[in-house]
Amino acid sequence: MKIERLIKMANDISDFFNAESDKELAAEGVKKHILRSWDPRMRKEIIAYSQQDGSALSDLTKAALVKLNSNKIS
Amino acid sequence: MSIIKEKDFGTPASTTNQLVTLEIDGFQVKAPAGTSIMRAAASIGIDIPKLCATDSIEPFGSCRLCVVQIEGGRGMPASCTTPVAEGLKVVTQNKRLADVRRGIMELYISDHPLDCLTCSANGDCELQDMAGAVGLREVRYNPQGKNHLHAAKDESNPYFSFDPSKCIVCSRCVRACEETQGTFALTIDGRGFDSKVSPSQNQSFISSECVSCGACIQACPTATLMEKSVIDHGQPEHAIITTCAYCGVGCSFRAEMKGEQVIRMVPNKDGKANHGHSCVKGRFAFGYATHKDRMLKPMIRASIKDKWQEVTWEEAINYAASELKRIQAKYGKDSIGGITSSRCTNEETYLVQKLIRAGFGNNNVDTCARVCHSPTGYGLKQTFGESSGTQDFDSVMKADVILVIGANPTDGHPVFGSQMKKRLRQGAKLIVVDPREIDLVRTPHVKADYHLKLRPSTNVALINALGHVVVTENLLDDAFINERCEIESFTKWKTFIAQERNSPEASEAITGVPASDIRAAARLYAKAGNAAIYYGLGVTEHSQGSTMVIGIANLAMATGNLGHDGAGVNPLRGQNNVQGSCDMGSFPHEYPGYRHVSDLETHKLFEAAWQAPLSPEPGLRIPNMFDAAMDKTFMGLYVEGEDIAQSDPDIQHVHAALRAMECVIVQDLFLNETAKFAHVFLPGSSFLEKNGTFTNAERRISPVRKVMSPKAGYQDWEVTQMLSNAMGYPMHYTHPSEIMDEIARLTPNFAGVSYQKIDQLGSIQWPCNDEAPEGTPIMHEHAFMRNNGKGLFMLTDYVATAERTTRKFPLILTTGRILSQYNVGAQTRRTENNVWHAEDRLEIHPHDAEDRGLKDNDWVGIKSRAGDTVLRALISERVQPGVVYTTFHFPESGANVITTDNSDWATNCPEYKVTAVQVTKVNQSSEWQEKYHAFSENQLDLLTQGMNDG
Repeated sequence: MKIERLIKMANDISDFFNAESDKELAAEGVKKHILRSWDPRMRKEIIAYSQQDGSALSDLTKAALVKLNSNKIS
Repeated sequence: MSIIKEKDFGTPASTTNQLVTLEIDGFQVKAPAGTSIMRAAASIGIDIPKLCATDSIEPFGSCRLCVVQIEGGRGMPASCTTPVAEGLKVVTQNKRLADVRRGIMELYISDHPLDCLTCSANGDCELQDMAGAVGLREVRYNPQGKNHLHAAKDESNPYFSFDPSKCIVCSRCVRACEETQGTFALTIDGRGFDSKVSPSQNQSFISSECVSCGACIQACPTATLMEKSVIDHGQPEHAIITTCAYCGVGCSFRAEMKGEQVIRMVPNKDGKANHGHSCVKGRFAFGYATHKDRMLKPMIRASIKDKWQEVTWEEAINYAASELKRIQAKYGKDSIGGITSSRCTNEETYLVQKLIRAGFGNNNVDTCARVCHSPTGYGLKQTFGESSGTQDFDSVMKADVILVIGANPTDGHPVFGSQMKKRLRQGAKLIVVDPREIDLVRTPHVKADYHLKLRPSTNVALINALGHVVVTENLLDDAFINERCEIESFTKWKTFIAQERNSPEASEAITGVPASDIRAAARLYAKAGNAAIYYGLGVTEHSQGSTMVIGIANLAMATGNLGHDGAGVNPLRGQNNVQGSCDMGSFPHEYPGYRHVSDLETHKLFEAAWQAPLSPEPGLRIPNMFDAAMDKTFMGLYVEGEDIAQSDPDIQHVHAALRAMECVIVQDLFLNETAKFAHVFLPGSSFLEKNGTFTNAERRISPVRKVMSPKAGYQDWEVTQMLSNAMGYPMHYTHPSEIMDEIARLTPNFAGVSYQKIDQLGSIQWPCNDEAPEGTPIMHEHAFMRNNGKGLFMLTDYVATAERTTRKFPLILTTGRILSQYNVGAQTRRTENNVWHAEDRLEIHPHDAEDRGLKDNDWVGIKSRAGDTVLRALISERVQPGVVYTTFHFPESGANVITTDNSDWATNCPEYKVTAVQVTKVNQSSEWQEKYHAFSENQLDLLTQGMNDG
């Protein structure tokens, strides 16, 4: 899928959770949201992007994607 | 099948519980205090003659036909305006009363055409009935005397006729327009013998303020105001109760029939959502169901460049299934999916999602709620634990303050809008949050106390500012918060919201709303007693739509405005079954009842019930489907009842995605815009042709009943079932009631729902289960529906939309809908409603128009970063400078050529309400419109060729 779209979607999610001062909690929120609402092919693509480049991702998105990569849906 | 005539008790019911005992014609009667003698008599079967009284409006006491005598009392009081009292002894019939009544009737009839046998109301005329009831045998007055018998008819309204020669000036129509509808379009003009009913200032109905709700026709006791369909076809002979297929109010109607022909749709007095009221769409705009554009034959084609080929149902279904299977074999199991619609019944949407999950083997199912209220689902689920509004509609009658945010009830939800106006006329305060001056801001006898005219896209800054005032001015309901909410989340929110950046003063620069107004509005809301929030797509269709819903929930919890009458958080759903389609598991991440597909227990429950392996992974949302199509990973789509090629944003992208797919199956009434990109067309059935249920905005499950045979042979649920069987996943339902039984077995909030119970109660508000066997009008009364029963406060930082104005795109376009048309217009455009709105126009403020040298009706080009289109200008001060507005009911308007792919962070609900544009004067259609026209013409040619071959 168009990676620019996925980057924007992920960063938008992070913008919401960024209000949380505990960044660990915030990253967990972003991860959980993506895990529970994104189709696997979208998750795979954004994780691949974060691992290969990731420059357009916000810090919180990056942190969340690290968590996402080590998670299965629960 | 129900009776044609409903019992008319003459005056409205009293709402008190205190009973008084009296005697009427020797019979003892108990009636609530405040009841009229007329109603009390009617309750024991004594029908006192009447003409100016009807139980939908307050008594008037003008015709004097209902006079009675009261023992010990003076004269002959009107029974409609005289309340019951303890110990009264009332006589309704004696010679003196009979003489008076006969005299009155004689006067009425002396100025009435005696054409009963050829009159359209013959058999349904109260004047005729009363003449019989009082025993009128002669009229002594000279028929050549002064009269109104030659008064000219007003035929200007497409749906009803006004014949003043038959008018008895009882004022029922005038009072219905005032009390029931709240438009005040009618009056009695002149005095004495010259008195006459007049729309506005002696105008025709069509040029008056009349909104064609039908309340006046409903109230008229004669043939003065009469549906043209009755004039043309005669009186109906049977009636079936069903539910309107338009907006989320879900009005109950009696389809009055002659055989299989609908003569008229009459609002059901016992309908709990509408209480006998209606709007122009539900009351009159049903002609689309029998429109010549209906597609009644299944069709297939290999490519959208090919002509259509009419085939049998079996061929069409087998072809569709084989294509879907071929695509799965070539591109993988997840390469196909489907879209349901809020225009479908609960049972239909349930079957579509079941087909996709169990038959297709993936969760690629979505619904049009994606583009309207998906943020409501998310925001209210997070905070309250359930994806639904909290109240019934009647709750508004207990509200002291009404806060309307991003909704236009008088246009979008007209029947509820009338109920809201009734409460406002009773004295409730009103706060409107809207960039545009909607009718509710200033309408007869209603004026908003505050109109917070914010800039589009700044909702969250505004709701935060309201919350800030509540917290910093200590307007919190501490007892509610402590008892009912998660304290840790509240403490965090309180700290967040109290920050200076959330103050009205800081927000003013963002919202454009004076801080003093925000402070005053917050105080009004918080101190009201009962304060209710009603909101619409002006909340959800933003990049922060879900954040705003959460902000609304925070505000209601902080002030304790939940769990009781007169309060609550109330999303006004756009289409009739938005709530229901979401309830039925139409989202790609949720099973019916909003349970996540990864939830192990639920997963096992559905796998066992459906006897199929199910995926625990969320599927694609609608916009993701389009992206995946462009990526060649999503190549087959089954669309039931939805027109994504018109309704979805950034339409050129949608069209490209549809072109990229190898099989698009459309099941619809018409060859809609999406069908022009389709390979299989399966004819749909209208709401008049099928059984099922709709669930309205107040969670009310109401019956949809077949009043005529499906024109193409099958009800929609049967078509889905056939497709499923052809796909190799067997379904063997014989009636939608069996589908509802399955829903009830698998969904805790529907556990007590059955067709039998719906028929018995008329309708049911879910949750309906062992704890609430007759349903739940108000939710969260004692605990929220989250696992721990506590409400959750969440932080709602304002994040500016990415859609910014620049010198190149200096205006913000926002979109909405109008009373007479409905969404993509597929239904209403095929009715006489076009009389009121035949094209979409661009509203622009006079200052912006002057800057561009624009006049009313000029053609204007509207250009955004996504595309451009051309509309005619409507110069209006309803919009503020810097903001332009249009509706989206006509495909050729291309409103969604302009809208962008920005969407809500949580749900991908499109940001329809905020598009930066430039507007310029032009003299020709846009390039897109030229291409659309050519494509559309070509597709209609391919259809005609196919039909000619067939």
